[in-house]
Amino acid sequence: MTDEATMTITSVLVANRGEIARRVFATCRRRGLATVAVFSDADAGSPHVREADSAVRLPGATPAETYLRGDLVIEAARRAGADAIHPGYGFLSENADFARAVIEAGLIWIGPDPDTIEVMGSKVASKARMAEAGVPVLDLLEPDAITEKDLPVLVKASAGGGGRGMRIVRTLAELSDAVASAAREAGAAFGDPTVFCERYLDAGHHVEVQVMADAHGTVWALGERECSLQRRHQKVIEEAPSPLVDRVGGDLRKRLLAAGRDAAAAVGYRGAGTVEFLADAGGDFWFLEMNTRLQVEHPVTECVTGTDLVGLQLDIAAGVALSGPEPAMSGHAIEARLYAESPADDWRPQTGTVVTFDVPEVTARFGRTGPDGIRLDSGVENGSVVGTHYDAMLAKVIAYAPTRDAAARQLAAALRRTRIHGVTTNRDLLVASLLHPRFLDGTADTSFYAAHPPASLTATAGLDPALGAVVAALADAAAGRGPLLRGVTSGFRNIPVGYRSRVYAVGDREFEVSYRFGRDGLEVAGMDGLALVEADAGAVVLDVDGVVRGWTVGRFDDRVVVDGPRGAVELRRVPRFTDPSAQLPAGALTAPMPGTVVRVDVKVGDTVAADQPLLWLEAMKMEHVVRAPADGTVTELPVALGQQVGQGTTLAVVAGRDD
Amino acid sequence: MTVLRSTLDTGTEESQAARKAMLASLDELAAETAKAVAGGGEKAVARHHSRGKLTARERIELLLDEDSPFLELAALAGYGSPFTVGGSVVAGIGVVSGVECLLIANDPTVKGGASNPWSLRKTLRMHEIAEQNRLPVIALVESGGADLPTQKEVFIPGGAVFRNLTRLSAKGIPTISLVFGNSTAGGAYLPGMSDHVVMIEKRSKVFLAGPPLVKAATGEESDDESLGGADMHARVSGLADHYALDEQDAIRIGRRIVARLNWRKAAGPATATPRPPRYAAGDLLSIVPPDPKSPFDPREVIARIVDDSDFDEVKPRYGDSLVTGWAQLHGFPIGILANARGVLFSAEAQKAAQFIQLANQSRTPLLFLHNTTGYMVGREYEQGGIIKHGAMMINAVSNSTVPHISLLIGNSYGAGHYGMCGRAYDPRFVFAWPSARSAVMGAQQLADVTYMVSRASALAQGKPFDEEGAQVVRHMIEQQISAEAMPAVLSGLIYDDGIIDPRDTRDVLGVALSAIHTAPVEGTGSFGVFRM
Repeated sequence: MTDEATMTITSVLVANRGEIARRVFATCRRRGLATVAVFSDADAGSPHVREADSAVRLPGATPAETYLRGDLVIEAARRAGADAIHPGYGFLSENADFARAVIEAGLIWIGPDPDTIEVMGSKVASKARMAEAGVPVLDLLEPDAITEKDLPVLVKASAGGGGRGMRIVRTLAELSDAVASAAREAGAAFGDPTVFCERYLDAGHHVEVQVMADAHGTVWALGERECSLQRRHQKVIEEAPSPLVDRVGGDLRKRLLAAGRDAAAAVGYRGAGTVEFLADAGGDFWFLEMNTRLQVEHPVTECVTGTDLVGLQLDIAAGVALSGPEPAMSGHAIEARLYAESPADDWRPQTGTVVTFDVPEVTARFGRTGPDGIRLDSGVENGSVVGTHYDAMLAKVIAYAPTRDAAARQLAAALRRTRIHGVTTNRDLLVASLLHPRFLDGTADTSFYAAHPPASLTATAGLDPALGAVVAALADAAAGRGPLLRGVTSGFRNIPVGYRSRVYAVGDREFEVSYRFGRDGLEVAGMDGLALVEADAGAVVLDVDGVVRGWTVGRFDDRVVVDGPRGAVELRRVPRFTDPSAQLPAGALTAPMPGTVVRVDVKVGDTVAADQPLLWLEAMKMEHVVRAPADGTVTELPVALGQQVGQGTTLAVVAGRDD
Repeated sequence: MTVLRSTLDTGTEESQAARKAMLASLDELAAETAKAVAGGGEKAVARHHSRGKLTARERIELLLDEDSPFLELAALAGYGSPFTVGGSVVAGIGVVSGVECLLIANDPTVKGGASNPWSLRKTLRMHEIAEQNRLPVIALVESGGADLPTQKEVFIPGGAVFRNLTRLSAKGIPTISLVFGNSTAGGAYLPGMSDHVVMIEKRSKVFLAGPPLVKAATGEESDDESLGGADMHARVSGLADHYALDEQDAIRIGRRIVARLNWRKAAGPATATPRPPRYAAGDLLSIVPPDPKSPFDPREVIARIVDDSDFDEVKPRYGDSLVTGWAQLHGFPIGILANARGVLFSAEAQKAAQFIQLANQSRTPLLFLHNTTGYMVGREYEQGGIIKHGAMMINAVSNSTVPHISLLIGNSYGAGHYGMCGRAYDPRFVFAWPSARSAVMGAQQLADVTYMVSRASALAQGKPFDEEGAQVVRHMIEQQISAEAMPAVLSGLIYDDGIIDPRDTRDVLGVALSAIHTAPVEGTGSFGVFRM
């Protein structure tokens, strides 16, 4: 496919972390290139560090101290002897200054020309360039000129991404506030407060074209992807090809791919990029932006086109020309992003230790899989810690099958059987989404999660917690048997007095399992038709109404996770005894999530009114206000400004007037 | 390995009749057991719960390790007496923080947990078990003291309760009192004599005399809390070592106390993961014929209770009315003596004496499976020295120091009961199946003897003999003795430690054997003079 190289890459530093670092390393290893990782203190034990041939520490934990420090990254490359830098996605990947600094340092920049990054980094400027090149664009709306008929409109940060600095405006009254606050947020996040407005489609389709352009004028459009299932403007499920493009048919794909090629050619693009379009159900599409990097969702394109996009990036960076026919798509690939988050709880990011992470029947990791395969690109493995500093994406699971329906079902099945213990994830939501009729018929659009809130989608997802509690109780009963009297019937009583009891909780719901081993075997109160086939600490097999079913059981801390072919459930053991000294005082306010105390407005002894803000927590880039639950006095304030707190940490105690 | 071959056919008419009779007896017993479990009855339990209190059984359940076994003992104490079945005490052996303990809980729903004569006898029996087997004792105390109307039977012998506690302590056996409520007057010495005491905020009440008595004695005005509340005892008197906020907290603390006892069993099972028997426990219902005169093969029982049904018989061809041999039960090695055809002859008695000596040599606990009508009588046997030989067996069983367990599965009559280690011979545990019968002799024989003696006496004195009246008396005596030989009656008198469902035999014996091994198993070579 490619011609002779004009430059030689022997050692690649990836200025990134997690799964994308591992992804790039995988191709480097296949090509015999040395690999260099950089890592923050929080990532010191991460898989991407272990897998690299060498690794350089970036002191500190926050992105600003570490992965965003271009100077340190370049210094790391120098020290480790890397001759090329791959930026991955996020962090410095679309930072033109960094790209320039890399090149000035005499290193090979595996990415587009810094000037191109700059042009495409400005949404306002890029739209103008695209319009000139004949690529359809949504008209820019002047905030002052917006009228009722333009509504709703979207306010966007010109330098933005990831949904930050973005506001949807549905009434004219909100407009000026939205523009002002988006500008503030954009300024804080990207250092550029420029915002613009455009028409907003409540229910559009997000369709994007993967382009790959060499230094010799060849531009490939490697098919399109559709990423309509989004939450908070972040993609959740992505696929190639686009079901919208297939459904509309005609010459839509041809026009779309041509627009992608034109967009790239118009800016003299080099390397891998993605041209994003907004499309309506009728197949009209408009340029949104161009991402001048490898996308998170690139694996679906690799699956359907049989390419190695990172390999092509390396080739192009080395000056090799694209050759041969432009690869076309065959089959269907769907990617699901597994996030440590609680979708039903307003997508709240979650932290913790990934005690177990096991995706079954994986056929490929960080590379192409054959049809009917499952590819896993994971940033975590057993024991990985998910903290608050970085993106909460744990892994991408990709199914590749001859048809879309097969790929969706295959992916749902793999996710359902995946064992993830230790952190709450969006797994059940992914499964429910993949099997939703709207998704299966290919008509789901960007309004999917607005129309189908996560709580409703996952209401019946996963394993029935009542049954899960029974399985957990039986496994715990087996695990808890001490060395004494192991052969004696579990819970033997010569005078029968009732049931043993174990209590588990899922969220606020408690499940009491009342069970005993009678002469006819297992009896569970309120559940007829259950018979125990076998149980040990790690696995339980039950006969449920004549059908034999099995589950595996994992446990950590006070948690028990039951995994089975029909889904999983994580239960919290409700302890038999509570140590009174471990009980929270009345009126204690605890951290709803791990984070940093960024502001404290009260001191011990202050009289506070109900709902009065007391202190502020920042977690995962979001601020959370802790308010007084009732009128009273602050009696304890065990945290200080800047302190990192874990979930459940007592932040303040407010004694009511009656206490 | 010698696996027993069972020839039991549970489909025969005899087997089915045996099963039917056994199930009927179990039903009758279940009704009595239910009374003990109900304690003071639904209303009393509801009232107790409404005060935020747990029942004795609920306290025990919370104290035990989850899913561990609990062997309740003497559940039918007081059966046949005017007192509530159970003796207003719930007691047994259970695992607390990984340690096998003897638990004794007052049942406060029965007359406020007051101690009647059966409560006392049951408690003293439990102390005996704790001492012999070196089991830490946990008392779950809530008792209004002695049942005053019965004080003459309770007061003087009751002193042994406190004596026992301190003697246990002197032997290094830990004693723990969790005081859930009243523990006043004499009862105050329960915590007073214990190594570890937990009291509960505003619940425990431990004093020698309450406010009215203090007022009467000294004129001092006082109240419960200052005389004997948990707070006072934890802060001032020092009687309470631990201050619990509520019942579950007291139980939590009790579990922590046991966890810190550093208590170790003398020995565990010889086989860590024993195999279950090869035959179903359910068949045990079908073995004992309803007519106690019909013999049955005890090997059918052994095959269903020992590990892997593996039994090495000793002297199978000699004295074959007694089966002797070695096995393991839940991994613990045991020697078994089981009556095969009821009667013990000289050969059986000598065989038993030798086997008991062997068990002492090898420090192997013994299990006696009773189904005997006693030693053989008649000229031939008397002349053959049946008394000497019976005495050898009784000598051996009396002086043997390895632990014994007796299980009455059928008849246990006359001196045969003694030779097979009846209650008076200090077995560590005695259990009975519902099919057990025990008396000095069979009811019919006893009635016959009485009839014949009275007739002979009348004839000797030349008095007229009222044949009709004598027959009535004969019948009445037979009825009375039959009733007295029933296991519930004997269990009510605490002559055994409980009647068990035959299907539970293996687990019951397993828990008992494991408890036994808390103390070291010692054999002896020292017996009384054997008459040869």
